[in-house]
Amino acid sequence: MAVTEKEKESARAYWKTNIRIILISLVIWALVSFGFGILLRPMLSGIEVGGTDLGFWFAQQGSIFVFLALIFFYAWRMNKLDAEHGVGEE
Amino acid sequence: MDQFTINLLFVGASFALYIGIAVWARAGSTSEFYAAGRGVHPVTNGMATAADWMSAASFISMAGLIAFTGYDNSTYLMGWTGGYVLLALLLAPYLRKFGKYTVSEFIGDRFYSPTARLIAVICLIVASLTYVIGQMTGVGVAFGRFLEVSNTLGLLIGAVVVFAYAVFGGMKGVTYTQVAQYVVLITAYTIPAIFISLQLTGNPVPMLGLFSEHTASGQPLLERLDQIVTELGFREYTAHHGDTFNMVLFTLSLMIGTAGLPHVIMRFFTVPRVADARWSAGWALVFIALLYLTAPAVGAMARLNITDLMWPEGTDGQAVSTQQIADDPAYDWMATWQQTGLLGWEDKNGDDRIQYYNDNDAEMQARAEEEGWEGNELTNFNRDILVLANPEIANLPGWVIGLVAAGGIAAALSTAAGLLLAISSAVSHDLVKGRFNPNISEKGELLSARIAMAGAIIVASYLGLNPPGFAAETVALAFGIAAASIFPALMMGIFTKVNDKGAIAGMLTGLLVTLVYIFLHKGWLFIPDTNSFTDADPLLGTIKSTSFGAIGAILNFTAAFTVSKMTTPIPQEIDDLVESVRVPKGAAAAAANH
Repeated sequence: MAVTEKEKESARAYWKTNIRIILISLVIWALVSFGFGILLRPMLSGIEVGGTDLGFWFAQQGSIFVFLALIFFYAWRMNKLDAEHGVGEE
Repeated sequence: MDQFTINLLFVGASFALYIGIAVWARAGSTSEFYAAGRGVHPVTNGMATAADWMSAASFISMAGLIAFTGYDNSTYLMGWTGGYVLLALLLAPYLRKFGKYTVSEFIGDRFYSPTARLIAVICLIVASLTYVIGQMTGVGVAFGRFLEVSNTLGLLIGAVVVFAYAVFGGMKGVTYTQVAQYVVLITAYTIPAIFISLQLTGNPVPMLGLFSEHTASGQPLLERLDQIVTELGFREYTAHHGDTFNMVLFTLSLMIGTAGLPHVIMRFFTVPRVADARWSAGWALVFIALLYLTAPAVGAMARLNITDLMWPEGTDGQAVSTQQIADDPAYDWMATWQQTGLLGWEDKNGDDRIQYYNDNDAEMQARAEEEGWEGNELTNFNRDILVLANPEIANLPGWVIGLVAAGGIAAALSTAAGLLLAISSAVSHDLVKGRFNPNISEKGELLSARIAMAGAIIVASYLGLNPPGFAAETVALAFGIAAASIFPALMMGIFTKVNDKGAIAGMLTGLLVTLVYIFLHKGWLFIPDTNSFTDADPLLGTIKSTSFGAIGAILNFTAAFTVSKMTTPIPQEIDDLVESVRVPKGAAAAAANH
């Protein structure tokens, strides 16, 4: 099967966009867990949530909600990207 | 009906359900059994993955570790869920596109090297075996309580049941059995939590109850908890006490370990399309999150209940009397758990009361002096009993206690049996047949699988009797090993063009350095008292052995890139393979190739 230059270009663009989406998602992933949940907790200590502070909430619940949102966002965004580049499956 | 009979009924009924479904599904179609979930909807697949994933560590052990440590053990919550983000973004879609069935096959093909495959198999066996040790600890607790025998006898009986279950084996592959196991497990976990949340806060949703008002005191629940534990000299529940660097490393190790464990990754090989692999990871996390969002509430509320029971007049009043422990039905759980040897108390000062406090705290020592106490008298409270004892501690009806027993056994059994199957097929298929004796008969292969399984369960039971830590801590070590060895190899296989020698150097470095670090702290081959350091005072700065996986992974990447740079680049066909793995198109064709 011959691969045209245009297809190669499209595949490169597809992969580049994918990497960008992954990197943005991972920045958010790290921010809510390692950031808000651990390292930045003192910074958020002024914000009260039910008897404790926002950082505690992020460490025990908030980060999990964000993780869920990230995975579903990625699935939706990549399926759209697959369609744009014509590399998806039926 | 007494509690023992109720427990027996619930555990028996849940077993009948799994076996019934297995028989029904198998009779339905044999081909579906072998297809192992191809054509299964992502939601169903997600639920089955959640059942596979949530073991004794998540169900039995985790909330107890959170309850007695507080905020610092949030690491388990973030680590064991955050890994799914890595799995969904970095591995699952590509491994599905690659279209083989096992992790070691991917590593062998991508790095065009039987040696790389062999090392991957060894990494998988080491990680899985460590994982089983943790499961056996949980099995011992669950069976000990449910059969009302000592922890040791419970573990031995449990080992026999797990072995039989794994030999019966095929059941494991049936997605619908796992769906049933998930339903039993999540119901067993959430129902007592709902009851307790209602009792303490009036809020029926435990994860909201955790941040609500404690009805009895009118204070926010967590504030109340902070107050009473500090009054007894314990550390403030919501505050950060441990080392921050170690906490970050530990969370990271659990996350990348999650994305490197074979029995989870395998499930994404078998969904129909690449898009489904992406959705499946999300659905798996939805079902896992139902338990993980409830766990911190279970931990905090149990800690509050236990403290209130030990100090019925409040922390500045009199401690509970031995008379009350013996007579009051609200304290029956203490006698039941005492039988397992995992809970103990001793009236050291002979005042007929049991004082529960932190006897290492200076202020408490002063109070003890004044009141004539001679040390903490709740001498033994094994963290792993908390979840199973929780409904009894909260005085919930007998059927809830039976349900939790069934749930705990489902969690421990399904994962332990799954891991034994993974170990036995790795030994018989990948090692014996693939490496040492390619001409072995099918019968011989089966026999070697059984021997491997029996060997694994004996080793795991022996070490499970003297475990390197509580169930979840031992399991965390397994994650560290997977994080240091498998995850980097998979990631480099997809995102970089590292060559065979690089991958081999990386995996060996990650595995060996991490294993040595763990053994130095937990004993060589986990044999007690052979360790040179402890996690309280680790070899390198503040890095505990449970957190070392992340460092091992960094060493793995570094070794792989360095060696790869100095040796021949990958051949053209492997380059093409990497490019093809990166786009979803043609996944069905790739799957049809074998």
